[in-house]
Formats: sequence, C-alpha cells, structure tokens
Amino acid sequence: MKEKMSIMDRIAESNKSVTTGIDEKDIKYWVTIYIMGKAYKVPAGLTIMQSMEFAGYRFVRSAGCRAGFCGACATVYRKAGDYKLQTAMACQTRVEEGMYLVQIPFAPAEKATYDINKEKYNIGVLFKHYPELARCVACNTCTKSCPQELEVMDYIQDAIKGDFKAVAEESFDCIQCGLCAIRCPAELVQYHIAQLARRMYGHYECHEPEHLKIRLKEIEKGKYKEDWNKLIKATIKELEKFYADREREPD
Amino acid sequence: MSEIKFIGGYPEYMRKLINIVNRTRIKRKNYDPPAMSKEERKEVLNLHPDYAHGGKRKISIGQNKGDMGPNEVVDLLEAYPLIEEREIDLSQIDYDVDILIIGGGLAGTTAAIWANDQGVPSDKILLTNKLRHGDSNSMMAEGGTQAADRPNDSPLIHFLDAMGGGHFANKPDVVKGLVEDAPLIMHWLLELGAIIDREENGDFTEKWGGGTCRKRMHACRDYTGLEELRVIRDEFRNRKIFCLEYYPAIELLIDGEGRAAGAVLWNCETGDYKIVRAKATILATGGFGRLHIRGFPTTNHYGATCDGVVLAYRAGAKLRDVDTVQYHPTGSAYPQQIIGLLLTEKLRSMGAQPVNKDGEAFVFPLEPRDVEASAFIRECYVREKGVTTPTGMRGIWLDTPLIEIKNGEGTIDNAFPGMRRMFNRVDIDIRKDPVLVFPTLHYQNGGVETDPEGKTDVQGLFVAGEVSGGVHGKNRLMGNSTLDCMVYGRRSGIYAAKYAKTVKGRGKLSLEHMKKYVNMLKKAGIKPERRAPILLPEYRGKAILARMIDIF
Ligand SMILES: Cc1cc2nc3c(=O)[nH]c(=O)nc-3n(C[C@H](O)[C@H](O)[C@H](O)COP(=O)(O)OP(=O)(O)OC[C@H]3O[C@@H](n4cnc5c(N)ncnc54)[C@H](O)[C@@H]3O)c2cc1C
Ligand code: SF4
Ligand code: SF4
Ligand code: FES
Repeated sequence: MKEKMSIMDRIAESNKSVTTGIDEKDIKYWVTIYIMGKAYKVPAGLTIMQSMEFAGYRFVRSAGCRAGFCGACATVYRKAGDYKLQTAMACQTRVEEGMYLVQIPFAPAEKATYDINKEKYNIGVLFKHYPELARCVACNTCTKSCPQELEVMDYIQDAIKGDFKAVAEESFDCIQCGLCAIRCPAELVQYHIAQLARRMYGHYECHEPEHLKIRLKEIEKGKYKEDWNKLIKATIKELEKFYADREREPD
Repeated sequence: MSEIKFIGGYPEYMRKLINIVNRTRIKRKNYDPPAMSKEERKEVLNLHPDYAHGGKRKISIGQNKGDMGPNEVVDLLEAYPLIEEREIDLSQIDYDVDILIIGGGLAGTTAAIWANDQGVPSDKILLTNKLRHGDSNSMMAEGGTQAADRPNDSPLIHFLDAMGGGHFANKPDVVKGLVEDAPLIMHWLLELGAIIDREENGDFTEKWGGGTCRKRMHACRDYTGLEELRVIRDEFRNRKIFCLEYYPAIELLIDGEGRAAGAVLWNCETGDYKIVRAKATILATGGFGRLHIRGFPTTNHYGATCDGVVLAYRAGAKLRDVDTVQYHPTGSAYPQQIIGLLLTEKLRSMGAQPVNKDGEAFVFPLEPRDVEASAFIRECYVREKGVTTPTGMRGIWLDTPLIEIKNGEGTIDNAFPGMRRMFNRVDIDIRKDPVLVFPTLHYQNGGVETDPEGKTDVQGLFVAGEVSGGVHGKNRLMGNSTLDCMVYGRRSGIYAAKYAKTVKGRGKLSLEHMKKYVNMLKKAGIKPERRAPILLPEYRGKAILARMIDIF
C-alpha cells in the first residue's frame, strides 16, 4: 500500500501529527491532565497547547506564534501532589501526568504613554512613569516565574539604580508574556518598565553609525540617480548579466 | 505504561542512533561533500515540494484565472464567503475611520504610525487584529533585516541581489523602493530606540545572508523581529492609535464607485459582526504557512492562513507569484512541541553539518535552500537513511556540536541564545547532541500585486508585507521581508493617508463584489463545500471532532 503512495503523500502522511491534528490510533503513550478542573487523557509528549487541542479545545485566545516568541500563551499550572503554582508558555511546555492547567488571558497591565524624543535621559524617567518601581521588595518571585529564565528582579534593581544599559541587556530576551507582573506582590509591570528603559537606552545612547549617516546623505543628494535610470530600464538579459558579474565581498 | 524513557531529551532508540553520529564526527570535521553539479541539482529538485508533480493547479475564476497556485491556496480562492449578503446590515456603521489597517505585524503597525505622522488623527486610524496585536510571523524573525549601508555596499547591489534571488520575476520599481528606503528604515528604528547589534566602534554588525554578495544583515541577537516589532508597537501604543484584537476581517467592503471602503469584522469570542467604513484600507495580514501546503509543518504563527489574499481577490485585486512557496530546509523535526520551528541557516554557515542515520555527511551544507531541502527529502524518502521519530516523522541530523569544535567553546551560547533556550526546554543540549531536522513551510513569496506606493489595482486598497506580491518575485531572500514590512508599511501608510484626504463623496457600502464572486463560483460549477477565509487552522483531536454536537 505504502509503496504506491508518492513521496509527497508519504511526507504528508508522516507529518500529520502537526498538520491536521492527532489521530488516537497513532498514540502509544498517554497521560491524564486536568484542564480547568476536568480530567482528560492526552498523548504524552505533546505541549500543553497541543494537548488541549487534542482534548477538543480550539484556541481563539492564548495562541499566537506557537514558538515561544510572542507571549500569548501564558499558563499557570500545578503538578499533582505539589502545592506550588508554576508558570510557563503553553506552546513550549510538555504535559506531565497529573498537571492541573489554566490558560490565562493576558494581564490587563497599565502601560505609560510617553514621547521618547521629549523624555530626559536620567533615572527620573522610570520613576515618573512607573512610580511603583520603588515598591519592589526584592522577593525574586518575578525571576522564578519568567519562562525566558531572565533575571527579572536584577533588571528591576538595575532600573531602580537608573542603569539603562544593564536593564537593556538583562531584559533583552523578554517576550512580554506578563507572568512576572501577575505574580508580583508589589504590582510592578516589569516588562513595560524594561521596554521604556530599552527604548531610552537605544534612543539616547546607541548613536547612529557614521556609515549609515553617509549613506543617507548620498541617497538624499541623488548619488545613485543615474545608475538607477539604467538599472530600472535594463532588460532581464542585462540584469542577469549584471547579477552574474557581481563580485562577492571576501568573508 | 505511560512514559517513554528519555536520555538527554531523546528516547533510548534515538540515543543509540546519536552514538553513531558522535563516532563519525571527528572524521567529518574537515570534510564536507562537494556542492552538486547543475545536473545533479536539477534532478534532486524534482523532490522539492514546490516542483514535485501534483501540488498545484490552475485558478479557475477571477482576475488570475488560468494562473497556477498551490492546491491549498486555490482551494481557498475557490471557496464561498463566510457570510451571506442578507445577513449583514450595512446601514449601521460601527466604526467610521479614515484608514482601516487589517493585521498588526510589522507591516500593519508601521503603516499606522506613518499614517498618523501624515496627520491622520489616531482615532481615525483603526488597526484590527485576528489575534492579539503582535501575535504574528514578525515576532519570530531571528536572522535579521537587510539594508545596504556600508561603504562597500549600495542600494544598487542590494537591488541586484533581490532581483536575482527572485529569479527576476520581481517588479523592478517595487524592489527599487525596497532597497532605497532600507537605510532610512534603519535610521527610523534607531530613532525609536531599537537596539541593533553593534561592533566595538559603534558600526552596525552586519552578517551574510543567503544569496547576497555583501554582508548587510542587521540583527538584534537572534530576536530581531521581536525587538523591531515590540519597539514599533510601543510607539503605536504611545500614540493611542485605535486598535481592536480578536476581530478578524472576514470580508472587504466596496462603495458605490467600486472603491475599497472598509471591512466586515467578526468578534471571535461573541460571534457578532461589526461594520467598519474607511476611506482607505491597508491589508497587512501576512502569509499562509498554516495552510500546511503539501502536508508540511510550518514556521509560521497560528493566524497565517492566507486571509488577506482571499479577501483582496474577491474584491477584484490581482495576485502575482502565488505559485511559489518557500520552504526552509532546517525546520525542527523532534520533539513534538517544536516540529516545524525554524533552525536558522546560520547554524550551517557556522559549521553544523547535515548527517544521515549512518552518521554520513551526504550533502554540501550550504546549497541553495531548495536544493538543500530536496537533498534532505531524498535522504529520508528515497535512500531511506532518515531517522524516524516516535510520531512517525522522518528527519536527518544537523550536527550542531561541530559548531563548537570549529569555532571554540561558548560559540553556541553567544550566537544562538534563543535556539539554546528552545532546546533546553526539551532537555536537549545542542552543544553536545545533534538535532533532528526536516524542511518546513516558511514564506509566501507572492500575494496581492503591489506597486511602489503599496497600491493594488482596487482603488483605495493598499497592501504591505508578506500578503503582497511583486517585491520578492519567485523567491524571497532572508532579511528582505522584515525590511519589506517596514518599507512598504511606511509607504502604504503615507500613500493611504494622502489618498484618504482626496476621498470626498462616500458611496453606499456594499458587498456587491462578493455577490458577483459567488455567482462566478456557481457558474464555474464549484460546490459550496468550502468556505474562506478560514481564520484559524484546525488541530482538534479527530476522535473529539467526530463526537461534537452543535448546540450553542
Ligand atoms: C520563524 C520565522 C523567521 C523569520 N526570519 C526572518 C528573518 O530573519 N528576516 C526576515 O526579513 N524575515 C524573516 N521572516 C519573515 C518575516 O518575519 C515575515 O515575512 C514578516 O514579518 C511578515 O510580516 P507581516 O506584517 O506581513 O505579517 P505578520 O507579521 O504575520 O502579521 C500579520 C498579522 O495579521 C493578522 N491577521 C491575519 N489574518 C487576519 C485577518 N483576517 N484579520 C485581521 N488580522 C489578521 C495575523 O494574525 C498577524 O498578527 C521570518 C518568518 C518566520 C515565521
Ligand atoms: S516580584 Fe515584584 S517585588 Fe518581587 S522582586 Fe520582582 S519586581 Fe520586586
Ligand atoms: S520578564 Fe516577565 S514579561 Fe518578560 S518574559 Fe519574563 S516573565 Fe515574561
Ligand atoms: S504562542 Fe507565542 S509564546 Fe506561546
């Protein structure tokens, strides 16, 4: 039977667990999880997101990139027999036997509005927009809840000190999932604070490179005008030749 | 028994296969198979999903009747609308704006800001999203953004790279816009406070990208799209531009004079619809990876379902180059939770080698993407030398430990923090063990035909980003699509704002185009089995679906 299928059909057949939903008969290993309190038997080895889909949930909310980049799928769960509430990204976390799961729609956090060009590049800007910064009790809960494993408390401490560069570096991989904020006893919105600090650092301290300035001037002055006239009118044959004649810069 | 036994992230039988790879590593360290000859390439390309027989058919109705497209796309073009005219009351307008933007990835968000800069007030711009604002392909761009801003480079060279990469099918004037505005976009990003990788002396760090003859890839660690979009979105929010979430557009609206005039939006949660009237409409809905063309996994986000192309086509816009699909050779193939996700080309350019089940290097690691992908397929399905995963998928190894052997310890942590994190989560240490890969569906090369101002051939309808066609011809180069989003997001925002100012009389809103389209479908004998846009893919378990009853 299989021999008669074309290669493309065989590929489609073997990929189907991620393209069309999972078929029970292909599954050898199972676990039981609890979604909003109800027990479901789902294939082992799936992510929380995939297992919920297997169980019959169709995500409208709480699914975005499905790759750990967008922060849409923040989840809170507890393992069987464990009192600890855990946090994770549903698209990146494997289900485990006895997990109790809840999907959270994103945190309704307040974001300050500002005009980046008009702010003063000093410590005051962070406190002006996020005065609650001063309330951090250094409990480290944010760090423990971060699915990106960032040192969230450290970057908040850096923000309190006004060290924009340190905040930028420490918080750079933040996907703004909001899990730190919903767990913070002092109600800080760490990821918005970090966003402001990064933009301030980028805007005020990362200057425009000379080579970019020069290029912008050249374009403005019409340096390439004549060449463009030629290139735009070139036939495909001519373009092919130009293309073939390009010289590759050395590695 | 409920659990498989894992050793370092892999089940026992795969662990044994990894030992074979470990044994041959030193022998392979200084050996790559030679690049294929022209003839060999031609032969192996027959195995590529884009060229292999049977994947495409002719579009049977509309502007592009007779053109080829992937079956999955043509299926959606030959599908009936989600709504019927009589269900929709167009006399009650819920939102009356100057500019409606559909889709808030890099393209749509950029468009909103530049339209606002043109003087369109923030409450007269509406950005509507199917998911949250920013849940998109843009967030995931890892590799970088191209811009010719170094002394030995120029927009002209960038132009040639893009044209050649696109097999010269690109629209030259659109490509000119792309490359000429690139330095300006870099300047804009810096102004907004985006943090782009730098050398010690403050110059941009610029790297190679496939198909370019200059180093011009600007990155923000391996989180380029995340940094670009979150900064641009933050700016958007500062301006308090009007934004809706979980409100996909399900049909465009036309006014009495045949101009695009807004859209019907659908509330995903409550199921009711809203009518938006707009003087200009910008479509920025991104690509189609979630159609899983030819049954391939994808790198794309959950909402990449081709909606924009479907809506625009019904409204009479022309498409181009939708026949070509970009597959990335190295999608992750194991474990389940990361199947399809992108493993950047940079891994191979820094020494990671494709290796088969027997531990043999079987292909030059840096063939063009389509050739490389075909060679992987051949290894798995013709030569039967792939590795089969517990869910039945096949893949070949990408020997990542070679990166550190060739470039020194610590290289992987420095160059690939995102990748390390992704595999750490599944207990795989890519410094010590190879990863399993298989080609994955990555990018929609064509789309709704655009011009240098982002205009389509429907008056008042603009496009920007992955949904558009003409910028990349038949094949996009890495780093040119995030650029495309920002250049044509900006341009479409500016020109839509200018256009909106000229719109005086507002004709009556209508769905006439939809009615006409349905008539065409009927005439062509197409049965009302399929409906589009599909909005979201279907992944629910088969057994559950079989037992569902529709009550509410
Ligand atoms: C994993 C990955 C890595 C990549 N790496 C790079 C790279 O290194 N360099 C590069 O240049 N490019 C890269 N690309 C390509 C690039 O990221 C995308 O092509 C580009 O960001 C697309 O942007 P967009 O704004 O057009 O679409 P998107 O960013 O996808 O945004 C479109 C938005 O519209 C929404 N939408 C869809 N339908 C509707 C509807 N009906 N109504 C309302 N909203 C809707 C979507 O949900 C989404 O939020 C990569 C892509 C992926 C997936
Ligand atoms: S959770 Fe809140 S209070 Fe605790 S360390 Fe983090 S920011 Fe400070
Ligand atoms: S810092 Fe907070 S918002 Fe950012 S990724 Fe970590 S938990 Fe999520
Ligand atoms: S869906 Fe984007 S992080 Fe999980």
